[in-house]
Amino acid sequence: MTIGMDEVSEAAIPAAGSWAGRLAEWTARRLEPVAIGLGAILIGLMLFSLFILALGKSPLMLFQLMYTGGFGSWFSIQNSLSRAAPLLLTALCVALPARLGLIVIGGEGALALGGVAAAAAALPLTHLLSPFPALIGMALAAMLAGGVWIGCVGALRHYRGVNETISSLLMSYIAIAVMNQLVEGVLRDPASLNKPSTPPLPADYMIGALPGMDVHWGFAIGIAACVVSYLLIETTTWGFAARIAGGNTRAAEVQGLPVGRLIVGFTALAGACAGLAGMIEVAAVQGSANGAIIAGYGYTGILVAFLARHNPLAIIPIAILIGGIDASGGLIQRRMGLPDATVLVLQGTLFIVILACETLYGRFKLFNPELWRRNL
Amino acid sequence: MDDTAIGLWGVPLAILAGAIRVSTPFIFVSLGETITERSGRINLGLEGTLVFGAMTAYAIAVVTGSPWLGVAGAMVVGAAFGLVHGFICRLPKVNDIAIGIAMMQFGLGLAFFLGKSYIQPAAPHLPSIPFGFWSGLPQVRAALDINVLFLAGAALAFALRWALANTRLGLTLRVVGDSTDAARAMGINPDRVRLVATAIGGAFAAVGGAYLSLYYPGAWNEGISSGQGLMAVALVIFARWNPVGCFLAALLFGGAGALGPALQSVGVTSGYYLFYAAPYALTLVIMIATSSPNRPVPGMPGALSLTK
Repeated sequence: MTIGMDEVSEAAIPAAGSWAGRLAEWTARRLEPVAIGLGAILIGLMLFSLFILALGKSPLMLFQLMYTGGFGSWFSIQNSLSRAAPLLLTALCVALPARLGLIVIGGEGALALGGVAAAAAALPLTHLLSPFPALIGMALAAMLAGGVWIGCVGALRHYRGVNETISSLLMSYIAIAVMNQLVEGVLRDPASLNKPSTPPLPADYMIGALPGMDVHWGFAIGIAACVVSYLLIETTTWGFAARIAGGNTRAAEVQGLPVGRLIVGFTALAGACAGLAGMIEVAAVQGSANGAIIAGYGYTGILVAFLARHNPLAIIPIAILIGGIDASGGLIQRRMGLPDATVLVLQGTLFIVILACETLYGRFKLFNPELWRRNL
Repeated sequence: MDDTAIGLWGVPLAILAGAIRVSTPFIFVSLGETITERSGRINLGLEGTLVFGAMTAYAIAVVTGSPWLGVAGAMVVGAAFGLVHGFICRLPKVNDIAIGIAMMQFGLGLAFFLGKSYIQPAAPHLPSIPFGFWSGLPQVRAALDINVLFLAGAALAFALRWALANTRLGLTLRVVGDSTDAARAMGINPDRVRLVATAIGGAFAAVGGAYLSLYYPGAWNEGISSGQGLMAVALVIFARWNPVGCFLAALLFGGAGALGPALQSVGVTSGYYLFYAAPYALTLVIMIATSSPNRPVPGMPGALSLTK
């Protein structure tokens, strides 16, 4: 990985630069992704504006509504944060394997399985335990289901050479079919007539709201998961080993790193995050596992992770931003008469532009640490 | 009931009928992806292209009254999607698999956006040829009512196999796919060949979408594709980048997809959703069986990176 190499070269060269020089060097390195990312978002917004203009609508009004609907009032901010909660976790499902160079996009399936596993675990647990331990048990069941599912993707990749992107998406379809089968079959609550669901959780077994807010605890759990993932990747030996294995698998194997175990471990952890998102949707929002938890959080999480360049801390603001854009979809539909898919078009445009702008890295002299090292 | 008249024979017949009816989108998407991957690039965004093609074909057919104009329109937009993918992937440091995922989300979003007003009106369907005229059984007649696009896809598979082996264009494509350096040494511009190959792949995938919206199931809605575009990409690996193999694999997948409804029609209703997952499970099993961690899949173009 480039970060590791830079550190080596810095150590090799005696501290030639001044204090100001090193500060500028550090800033240049940190600012490059921020500047390119913001530039890409700006280009994406301009392209999307052209599209809206071509339809004879006002992009300014649209962006204003997007702001109002997502962040304009305390009510809409709380709504955005609630929507961001599952995105934080499904984005981690993409970002953690990405550290090993894997593109896993099956978060939707792990979320579905996590939701149904949590609902199944709740059947005995709500009778046996008090709310808090029962919720812990549900969360563990969901994480186990999601972890095994995506862990299999990692194992298939490492031990069989199966492309993880395709296998994870195929397994996502299978997971959703399994969920439907269970929800409409053995786990179905006979009282749910029109909308097949598992038996509803008793009210006191639901995940409550954060103190002083109308945002459920799932948001705090998501933030905590992002912070822990960041620390795991940046400060632990496992995280360091994963970064090396992601940079050059063969070199990592030659060095004796347990690449197989790293891949399976990181993908399982990723799946556990998505499974936890399913449990939170069940226990904090829906109250039971049903088709409504398949709301595309897994797919939006892919976008969030790529926008954050797979940095778990950057996932937090971006999940909130995308959650806000999602939340404003209804308002845009009502006020401007545009379809609810408007938000999807915007997200798709941003996604493509952000990825295309990867080509800009290293093109600007301004961000070259060497330049600052030499000149200051 | 007619189904009881032929009893359990209805199941294999329904699977055969399904193989013919359901396979056409697989044939076109996988042939398109074969051309793209033979040039050394992978386009995972064909699912988006397929759905956008389905929407475009349906909208044009509704407006003009001609399903064939719809197919032509789908090819144009499909090629445009391919060009965008190919153009962005030319830039250095850009990951073709990630761009594919982004194009998939963009294509789906744009199709839902522009197709909102075409969910209600009915479009004229593509014609089919009644090859079952000799039979008295309605099931057999229905099974052998074969769409023109299926025949076109079958012919295309064989034509493509011949062209890859015997024409100058086919050779150029294979050289670019096997070695970028060798292609450059021969004076071929690999980026241009890949751009054209991705555009053709997009056009074919969009024809697969047109079949979905204009013949079977024969209406445009947001759930029209159940991942055919993506399964077709996996199918290309199974078919070892061989067009005729793609055709046969597509038939297999179509049959697997028809398994659930066929069993349901003879009274097996439990596990319906699991039978629905059969094509995905089959794809996965086949991918596991054909992949290997130590050596590349036989027949894989050298410049293609499935597992970097």
